[in-house]
Amino acid sequence: MSHSPGFPYLTFLVLFPAGGAAAVAILGAFSQVRRVVLEGLAIAVSVVVLGFAIGVAVLFRTGDAGYQFGSNHVWAQGLGIHWQLGTDGISLFLVLMAAVLFPIALAGARTRADARSFLAWMLLLEAACIGSFLSLDLILFFFFFELTLVPSYFLISGWGHARRAYAAVKFFLYTFVGSAFLLVGILVVAFLHQHQTGVLTFSLPALMHTHFSSTTEILLFVAFTAAFAIKAPLFPFHTWSPDAYAEAPTGGSMVLSGVLAKLGTYGILRFDLNLFPQATVDFVPIILTLAVIGIIYGAIVACAQRDLKRLVAYSSLAQMGFIALGTFALTTQSVTGGVLLMLNHGLVTAALFLLIGWIYERRQTWQVTELRGLQSPAPVMAAAFTVVMLASIGLPGLNGFVSEFLVLSGTFLTHRWWAVVATAGVVFAALYLLWAYQQVFHGRVDLANAGTRDLSMAERLVIAPLILAIVFLGIYPKPVLDRITPSVNRLIAQVESSTHTQQPVVARAGVAGATAAAKGGK
Amino acid sequence: MLHAAFLMPLLPLAGFVVLLAVGRRVGDPWAGWIGTVAVAGSFAAACVTLIGLVHQPATARELTCSVSCGTGAASHAFFTWIPVGGLQVKAAILLDPLSMTMCVFVTGVSMLIHLYSIGYMQRDRDYSKFFVYLNLFVFSMLVLVLANNFLVTFVGWEGVGVCSYWLVSFWFHRDSAASAGKKAFIYNRVGDVGFLIAVFLIFSKTGTLTYLEVFAHRHLLAGGGAATAAVLLLFLAATGKSAQIPLFNWLPDAMEGPTPVSALIHAATMVTAGVYLLCRANPLLAMSSAGMWVIAVIGGVTAFVAATIACTQQDIKKGLAFSTVSQIGYMVLAVGTGAYVAAIFLMVAHAFYKGLLFLGAGSVIHGLEDEQDMKRMGALRRWMPWTFGTFLFAWLAIAAVPPFSGFWAKGDILSNVYAKNLPLYALALLTAFLTAYYMSRIFYLTFTGKARWQEPAPDGSPAHHKPHESPWVMRLPLVVLAFCAVFAGLIDLPWAHSVSLAAWLDPVFGNRLFDSHQSASVQIALAVADGVVAVAALLVAWGLWRRRVDRPELEPDFLQRVWYWDNLYDAVIGRPGQVMARTFATVVDARVIDGAVNGTAALVRSTAARVRRLQTGFVRNYVLGVALGLVAILVFMVSRSWS
Amino acid sequence: MSIGPAWYLGLAAVLFAIGAIGVLVRRNVLVMFMCIELMLNAANLTFVTFSRVLGDIGGQSLVFFVLVVAAAEVVVGLGIVVAIFRRRKSTTADDLHVLKG
Repeated sequence: MSHSPGFPYLTFLVLFPAGGAAAVAILGAFSQVRRVVLEGLAIAVSVVVLGFAIGVAVLFRTGDAGYQFGSNHVWAQGLGIHWQLGTDGISLFLVLMAAVLFPIALAGARTRADARSFLAWMLLLEAACIGSFLSLDLILFFFFFELTLVPSYFLISGWGHARRAYAAVKFFLYTFVGSAFLLVGILVVAFLHQHQTGVLTFSLPALMHTHFSSTTEILLFVAFTAAFAIKAPLFPFHTWSPDAYAEAPTGGSMVLSGVLAKLGTYGILRFDLNLFPQATVDFVPIILTLAVIGIIYGAIVACAQRDLKRLVAYSSLAQMGFIALGTFALTTQSVTGGVLLMLNHGLVTAALFLLIGWIYERRQTWQVTELRGLQSPAPVMAAAFTVVMLASIGLPGLNGFVSEFLVLSGTFLTHRWWAVVATAGVVFAALYLLWAYQQVFHGRVDLANAGTRDLSMAERLVIAPLILAIVFLGIYPKPVLDRITPSVNRLIAQVESSTHTQQPVVARAGVAGATAAAKGGK
Repeated sequence: MLHAAFLMPLLPLAGFVVLLAVGRRVGDPWAGWIGTVAVAGSFAAACVTLIGLVHQPATARELTCSVSCGTGAASHAFFTWIPVGGLQVKAAILLDPLSMTMCVFVTGVSMLIHLYSIGYMQRDRDYSKFFVYLNLFVFSMLVLVLANNFLVTFVGWEGVGVCSYWLVSFWFHRDSAASAGKKAFIYNRVGDVGFLIAVFLIFSKTGTLTYLEVFAHRHLLAGGGAATAAVLLLFLAATGKSAQIPLFNWLPDAMEGPTPVSALIHAATMVTAGVYLLCRANPLLAMSSAGMWVIAVIGGVTAFVAATIACTQQDIKKGLAFSTVSQIGYMVLAVGTGAYVAAIFLMVAHAFYKGLLFLGAGSVIHGLEDEQDMKRMGALRRWMPWTFGTFLFAWLAIAAVPPFSGFWAKGDILSNVYAKNLPLYALALLTAFLTAYYMSRIFYLTFTGKARWQEPAPDGSPAHHKPHESPWVMRLPLVVLAFCAVFAGLIDLPWAHSVSLAAWLDPVFGNRLFDSHQSASVQIALAVADGVVAVAALLVAWGLWRRRVDRPELEPDFLQRVWYWDNLYDAVIGRPGQVMARTFATVVDARVIDGAVNGTAALVRSTAARVRRLQTGFVRNYVLGVALGLVAILVFMVSRSWS
Repeated sequence: MSIGPAWYLGLAAVLFAIGAIGVLVRRNVLVMFMCIELMLNAANLTFVTFSRVLGDIGGQSLVFFVLVVAAAEVVVGLGIVVAIFRRRKSTTADDLHVLKG
């Protein structure tokens, strides 16, 4: 709240793509407007959003842990609902990631039919995603959180593949069930707060100080977490995701796995930890166990997939497990790593889905059994795929490693054995991705695959920003980490102060802390 | 002069970037020259830095270690890599005698092998790509050895691993090459788990990952088995990278890569990274005698097992690969007995002679149009005199015939082991015999006897053309390496410890250096024993293999098939793993977890199907319902008011 | 003998019962409509009776609401019936069960 520049950046970030969606829909109604114009308009809108998101990141004050760029307007006075937006180190890069991925998805994954609706839905989805990341009012958050479902549903069912209807309905209903719990939870929190203070409000900073009895807190925690765990998805609530990711069109898969999935883990971080610190601490062993199972299980199931998109979907499940692991290990390193992993996973998975989509455009299949030796006819595509794959495997020097390492080293400080088992997951990642790579790109190319076109110049330009980001964040993540860490520290301090727990001193103070702790122990 | 150190990793990186950008355009052979010049520059920088370090007094050499991570270290750190709370990892380099020793021989050997590759890779479709990978490899290797903390070492560690993956599967259209690359990467990945967990453990106990800080605070690791755990985990990483039991069987498969790659990565440099890591972590090793014991035993056993397998291979490169495993086993054995200097000594000498052996083998393969089967070679002495001559020196060096370099290096290790543990010494001596035997077998089969390549093979493939000697870019590295292989022993002669490698490395290993305390007579007796064993093995092999190529009784299936090691892994891990993955995917995920989800949906649907029969569509049924409901409410109300 | 409120209430009950049974047993939509009107008027009669007995004008005013609603309902209902009749040439309620679950 402290830092509010004159221009309402955040409101603009939310409303501009929504306006763009309306503009595309209206303009597209005139039949003489050609689809190139619509595509150009949509991409332009998303690029403007990206520009403003970068502006926010540049103006963001490093070291300030609180919410910045706050904007707060009454929306429904009697109901205590506000248009309250703000960003801190945790949400900043998620917004930036969404702003990066949408133009790339729009430019990289053109659709054949009915461009007008497709583009409008995508822009509306962008508005809803960015709105969710920026909302500090629970009802506003819920509004955007639910709003994401509508465009996603139509994107899957309208432009998806063979089993799209099944996948779309499953996706919608499954996540909707979770949201029902969330809504009840939000209302209970607000009413309890009203009961205690006499003020009806849904503002997160205000509700943070609500007191709950332990049973209530646990029930509320479960209600919130159910919604977020389904959305993420975390094991065992993941089964909608392989269907949805596989059946969605390329652009849909990119934003579903890259951006939408982060709403779940972001929600846990933003709401569970702030509102229910005690319940969070109580649930740590259970969630960590589920996270570790998810990591191993996702990897094992991925090993058995013959369909590239489903393979990536299950690898996503494992990655989301890492994020949950980091979040609930509750150390500076692990939570920071979790936040960074949300960003990194978004970039990497989107790039994977984009490349797989391009393979599909050329070969009309993503069954590994039908692809072979593509590295000969398409070396640039193979190179791009290699870089992205290695980032996903967690090769140091690329972005995946930094986050994975932070998550695991932070987890090791508080929950050693969970970290040890999760570390074994890195072997599996290499197992299935290298296997898939070998099947698709290595070997002697056969007749069906020999004519595969390499990436065109336009496609290279589309994938280049993602690859640059993957490399840059692997080598020099410091600017990102410097902005995430203060907010994470504040969050952990908030949890610690309300639960009387302490993260190991090493996590905060390094070698000096370790020495002091050893002295104190003796 | 120490600032030249920055150029060491940066030049190969620059070469990598330049080649990536323009390599395909400049093509054969200029891409090769660009890569070679970049590495040559790196070698020059390494020499300059080395001279700078030598000119400092021994105490200042220790200072170099501490300055680079102390407060005045700004000039040594490139940038802060991962700063999060108590975890501060800098991309910084550590200059000390150990890292400089590694750098000099790594860049030197790399330069020669780059030069060799210019000739060897001629007319390859992906000529420039080969040098892209090779330069990136040299960069990664230098990051590995120069890093001042565990995590940056890990960057290099993985970097060389992925370059190895690319280079092994360089000819990716061959399925065997693609699989071998994958296998190498995955085996290494298993070891990496050990590395990572060790790093977590060290950070959780000491709060830092910088080598010198960790060593300064190593008392924090004492107690609770933390030191032993860290040592064993680091050793697990080393078994992956350095191809030791139980993770050794990727290395023979890795011979699918082009031969210069086998020479550079899978003989001279990368595979010794595990030994380097253990030497680097020597203060931690010193805290765990149990860990040292495990390392020594695994090293000794690996050396022996690999040597037995090497005795039976037909493929010249596979034979050399198992020889590499065996030699690294020696180095690990040395580390396990605390003889770090001896390990480094053998590592340097091995880099020269094993690099030379591979290059010689490559020259032979090149000359015989990609024939790798030794049973189809023979009598090449006459057609390839340069290759023959240099291979001869390498053979004598690895067989530890005095006074070649292998004799001194292996002698150093054997006398240390003798002082520490007699059974291990016996095993190591037996292995020394086997080493001399299998190398002689390879040598005789390749260069002497009948010219079997003139006849068609038993499997029907036709006879080869007359072999040709390789061009000068390939011969020059052979000659230089032969020179090194012969004279590398000079750097650490047993009677000159004060002005040798041992004294030079003393600031790193310090008083932990194992001092054998043996009398001169014992030392001489041990040396004589080594020499006798080597010469005896040469003679035995001479008798057995000079004229005959077919001795099935000496090539049992058990040894040819690597002690059935791959079959064991396949049966215990591979196939059950596949079954498990398939079960998880088709039963657990599809039926159980998704079954629960779809089951809920089906339950709702079936309930609805039953309930909807109430909706008959006849208005009077609905009205009857309304009426009955009304009556029920009335009855309820009346009964309430009357009772 | 004076006609007390009980007579009116009795009449209303009888009318209501006739209406209810008519809705239940008749098939013709128009007859069913008339029966519904019958029930509504039974209710109106009750309202007026109690209004008189209790001296409360509220009951009588409520009757106007009921009359208005009934009129509106007849307008809409007859409109639907006419539309259906045009389509199907019959006004039998049992034929109209397309909303069957």
